[in-house]
Amino acid sequence: MLNIRELIKAHGKPPREVYFDHENSGRPPREVVEAMMPYFNEVGYGHPSITNKPGWEACEVVYETAELLSKTINAEPSEINFTHSGTEANNLAVVGASLAKLRKAKLVDKPKVILSAIEHPSVLFPADRVLPNYGFKVIKLPVDEYGFVDPDVLSSVVDGRTVLVSVQAVNNEVGTVQRLGELVKSVKDVNPDALFHTDATAAYGRIPIDVKKLDVDLLSVSSHKILGPKGAGALFVREGVEVESLLHGALSSQRLWPGVENVPALAGFKKAIELAFDKFEENVGHMTALRDRLVNGIVNSIPHVLLNGPSGSSRAPDNVNLSFLYIEGEALTVELSLRGIYVSSGSACTSRVLEPSHVLLAIGRKHEEAHGSILFKVAATHSTEDVDYVLESLPISVARLRKISSSKPGDQP
Amino acid sequence: MEDATVFAKAGSPACGDMITMYLKVEVVAPGEEVLSDVSFESYGCAANIAASSLLTEMVKGMRLKEAWNVSWRKLSDELGGLPEIKHHCSILAVGALKRAIRKYYDEVRKALPAWLPRELTADERQALEEEELIEKLYGRMKLQE
Repeated sequence: MLNIRELIKAHGKPPREVYFDHENSGRPPREVVEAMMPYFNEVGYGHPSITNKPGWEACEVVYETAELLSKTINAEPSEINFTHSGTEANNLAVVGASLAKLRKAKLVDKPKVILSAIEHPSVLFPADRVLPNYGFKVIKLPVDEYGFVDPDVLSSVVDGRTVLVSVQAVNNEVGTVQRLGELVKSVKDVNPDALFHTDATAAYGRIPIDVKKLDVDLLSVSSHKILGPKGAGALFVREGVEVESLLHGALSSQRLWPGVENVPALAGFKKAIELAFDKFEENVGHMTALRDRLVNGIVNSIPHVLLNGPSGSSRAPDNVNLSFLYIEGEALTVELSLRGIYVSSGSACTSRVLEPSHVLLAIGRKHEEAHGSILFKVAATHSTEDVDYVLESLPISVARLRKISSSKPGDQP
Repeated sequence: MEDATVFAKAGSPACGDMITMYLKVEVVAPGEEVLSDVSFESYGCAANIAASSLLTEMVKGMRLKEAWNVSWRKLSDELGGLPEIKHHCSILAVGALKRAIRKYYDEVRKALPAWLPRELTADERQALEEEELIEKLYGRMKLQE
């Protein structure tokens, strides 16, 4: 069996490398790494809940990060609960809040949780695999061809038994910016007691978020999705909303997530928030320009390409998701990797279950269209030259794979 | 291949895997058919392309009877061992080759040689099953919509 070391050796280092896979793993800029370094063993290496100096230094990082994060979403620091990933924050919201609500209102008969069909697996899976064990009915709402949830459809399924609704602020795969305010209103108008959770991991740092204006009860963010390090996530829990802890352990300053806080990751998360919000408008403008340059450049130079998701202002500024027909996406990720362009695909071959992206299927893409999808996430750290390098290389890679493909334009599926 | 004697497909774009095998067959003596050239087209992942490509290299110059006996296991071993989730890539490549060989005798020679089983072999059936499995999956998803 070829081992991974041989694979990397055979791959070699391409003359130029551009990383566009921030969806799957963020690549923090140097400032973020530098902000983390002292907290491994110079300062703040203690436990944030223990009364000694390294502990207080650690506590300061946890508090300051919560304070900064809360400011950027118009919340209070006490409403921020750190976890170690966005996945954990989503699980905590979907399962923890639903269970707490169920226990409080024991009268809820046949409780209901409503999700959109295109939620991240860290929302879909806990809902599907855990909640039914407690008697919950899980309802998944369809989306239109651009990924939008219809507020009228949502309000038509909300009733007195609805405990929680979870709809992403921005879809992580196709960049749909939901009209979240309208969705929240359509729920609360019918049942003011129903909780509204939004997975904002793909939205935070790209679109303005104000939890008070949106009137959401729970909101998840993830550090690595805004170029912070992996190992930190957070759940905003509105004051007064009860959430049951899913993990049980020794003391932690995080009421809902035991285990010692990942302080170096939080220090990096804090720096990443500063970088994202100090020049928010500028960053968003830069990402939007790069996004449009990439999409237009590709669509104008390569035939048989479909844009997945909406365009313009209802699309996240960093999201580029395109289907290259007649080729398979995983092969294209490998071909592009050899040229130093690092991206991911929604093809079945890249998944463990050999099924293409549930998001692409939900917006009506056929299997063969989903198989050829490639996801780029542009970042404020990218330059125009990075995008132009893709525009130079991609047509060659696509042509190479199409030349050897057994699927051709005009074939019957 | 422009001047292929015969070609056959296995898989479908909906499954994300489709391989076409092109064979150029030369009859060097009565009853001795040799693969003078073999090429492939692959719509599929890297493992799929690698399996198709290596198979064409392995069987080039072989007698059809020898080529028939290359199993998907053998191809997978030659590739350095495919992970289980990629076994179907090797199955499809071998399946397409066998289909092409059978088609050659069926349609060009109009007679099957004694060594070629009348019934579909395990490899051919497995390729079919892969296709049917995906068709079912696809059908199930359409129903959900």
